[in-house]
Amino acid sequence: MNEVTTLSDMWLTLLLTLDATVRLSTPLILAAMAGLFSERSGVVDIGLEGKMLAACFASATIAHFTGSPWLALGGAILASLSLSIIHGFATITHKGDQIVSGVALNILVSGLTIILGLTWFRQGGQTPALTGDGRIMSIDLPGAELLNSIPFLGPLYKELISGHNILVYVAFALVPLVWWVLYRTRFGLRLRAVGENPNAVDTAGISVVSLRYRAVMIGGVLCGIAGTYIAIAHNAQFTRDMTAGAGYIALAALIFGKWRPLTVFMACLLFGFLQAFSMRIEGVDLPVVGAIPVQVIEAVPYLLTVILLAGFIGKAIAPKAIGKPYVKER
Amino acid sequence: MSRDSRLAWINGLLLPLLNILTAFAATAVLFLLINVDPIEAAKTLLYGAFGYSEGVGYTFYYTTNFIFTGLAVAIAFHAGLFNIGGEGQAYIGGLGAGLVVFMLFPGLSPWLMIPASILGAMVFGGAWAMAPGYLQAYRGSHIVITTIMFNFLAATLMVYLMVKVLREPGQMTPQTVLFPENAWLPFVHDVLAKFGIEVERSPLNMSILLALVMSVVVWFFLWQTRWGYAIRATGRNASAAVYAGISQKRTIVIAMCISGALAGLVGINELLGYHHRIIMNFHVGYGFGGIAVALMGRNHPFGIVIAALLFGTLYQGGAELAFEWSNISRDIVVVMQGLVILFCGALEYMYKPWLVRWLAPVQEVRS
Repeated sequence: MNEVTTLSDMWLTLLLTLDATVRLSTPLILAAMAGLFSERSGVVDIGLEGKMLAACFASATIAHFTGSPWLALGGAILASLSLSIIHGFATITHKGDQIVSGVALNILVSGLTIILGLTWFRQGGQTPALTGDGRIMSIDLPGAELLNSIPFLGPLYKELISGHNILVYVAFALVPLVWWVLYRTRFGLRLRAVGENPNAVDTAGISVVSLRYRAVMIGGVLCGIAGTYIAIAHNAQFTRDMTAGAGYIALAALIFGKWRPLTVFMACLLFGFLQAFSMRIEGVDLPVVGAIPVQVIEAVPYLLTVILLAGFIGKAIAPKAIGKPYVKER
Repeated sequence: MSRDSRLAWINGLLLPLLNILTAFAATAVLFLLINVDPIEAAKTLLYGAFGYSEGVGYTFYYTTNFIFTGLAVAIAFHAGLFNIGGEGQAYIGGLGAGLVVFMLFPGLSPWLMIPASILGAMVFGGAWAMAPGYLQAYRGSHIVITTIMFNFLAATLMVYLMVKVLREPGQMTPQTVLFPENAWLPFVHDVLAKFGIEVERSPLNMSILLALVMSVVVWFFLWQTRWGYAIRATGRNASAAVYAGISQKRTIVIAMCISGALAGLVGINELLGYHHRIIMNFHVGYGFGGIAVALMGRNHPFGIVIAALLFGTLYQGGAELAFEWSNISRDIVVVMQGLVILFCGALEYMYKPWLVRWLAPVQEVRS
């Protein structure tokens, strides 16, 4: 009897960690898919962080004023989209350096959100905490309570699969969709081609500029959803630099997943799990190894990315034309 | 004027000037949007930065950091590398400075202690940049991504060290014990007092001399030495440089080491000069600010000193603005940095086609 209890306790602990993994990976998945579109088209997107942060601020602000999370989502997408259009304007139209542009937007947003927040709310750069209505709440899937009594599978359904908000399900559903768009549609084929060999695409009479703009803008929309998730679903207000590097971790996942939707998704889950795991083991003495410093686990995604990029485990081959502005031959 | 020299004027002077003006104009628009009169704001800002001697001290103190990181970014730019890791290199540089101080005999003469600590900052900062440089040169990993990752690694490493290893016993704040006094760089107000000049106390310390010396050294290094030539040649045209007998790989590693060493000196200004202990997050914003400084200063040490002074002014003046207007904080400077990087960097050539058409049109050849 006692053994069964501990066993189901352990199962529950595992489920709760996995549940946290799902919640923490969601913004990573959305942002990494955003980066995937942009980078497969040949435009480096360092600005994932900034776009998400802008979306966080826009969604928290609009949710506060209107009380509608869906208007907030729309506004956040617009904010993030306009940043991606600036990025496109600088790098596609004016052939500026893609990394410099991304860095500029990240820095700009991290300052601008605070200044606007101070102007509108006078709360040290934060937005007021949202109550119930303005947030995107989690949904209990049908039968979660009913099935909970079934050993093992019941809790699995209740804790892990049910009880997330709609954006989590959107993020997970997005992965096969991105795969399908990328590998099974004409747009996807052209997108991949323009990231590998824009000259060939241009020769075929397809506009490199318009393809890249579209890719960058899809990225803007997805970052908008990611930021909304962080600000008004996972949290209930905007706080200074609240994305806390998630954009860069998504970028790392994009590289770690070698710019392919399914592997990128796995990398996001892995990095999300590492975050959830480090929260759970904080201050806990583990058997054999004792207490592992949280920072060691937090550092793993960064270390893995560095090691992978250096070609020590497999090789990350970027789209061939990445980072290079396309100059039409005359 | 021939068309070529007109083009040179456009590229060398007109374009950078227009870009900076655009960044300023965008800031002015932002001020209007948040109901702050930009002229009033500019007056307050200038008063805060130069109106009284304490303010001037702070202005130059911030300028010092921006010179170090601006030079760091510029050296890498000259080699064709984008060192986005100044944040991490500055942080680890500070760690190096502090560790050297703690390892040496506390009664050591400041004439030995301080140079040793400066060396420690440069070695640690340089090593933190060398790793990404090495990985770029010999393993083909992209320097931008690697330096970003190294920023995060530096941050997690420092949290660990400060909380678990180096924290002053019995203290809640994660900071080390004070450095012995012979590791303190003299404050400028103390030095001036010896000459009978009384100024208000400020964190400004002798690091500013180090920053100016470094600017000259960097200029000399880049334009008067063989390694400097190798760096500039590699940045301009790596394959041509190879034919001139320059190893691209070695040059990348060298440029990154120097870049990181310069960024590490932020730790000297902050820790040896002012805080006198290792603290958390003393470096925040200077590494990224260095990008704006280098772009605005056109990667030339002279331009960098000027641009660093501008950002130092904004940084200190921005604090003054925050007293006057409750909706402004120093983050306004972060916004300006972003705008400068956007207009002087990413959109560098936005006006060019238009300027060329207007001022240096192609002469139609009629036969």
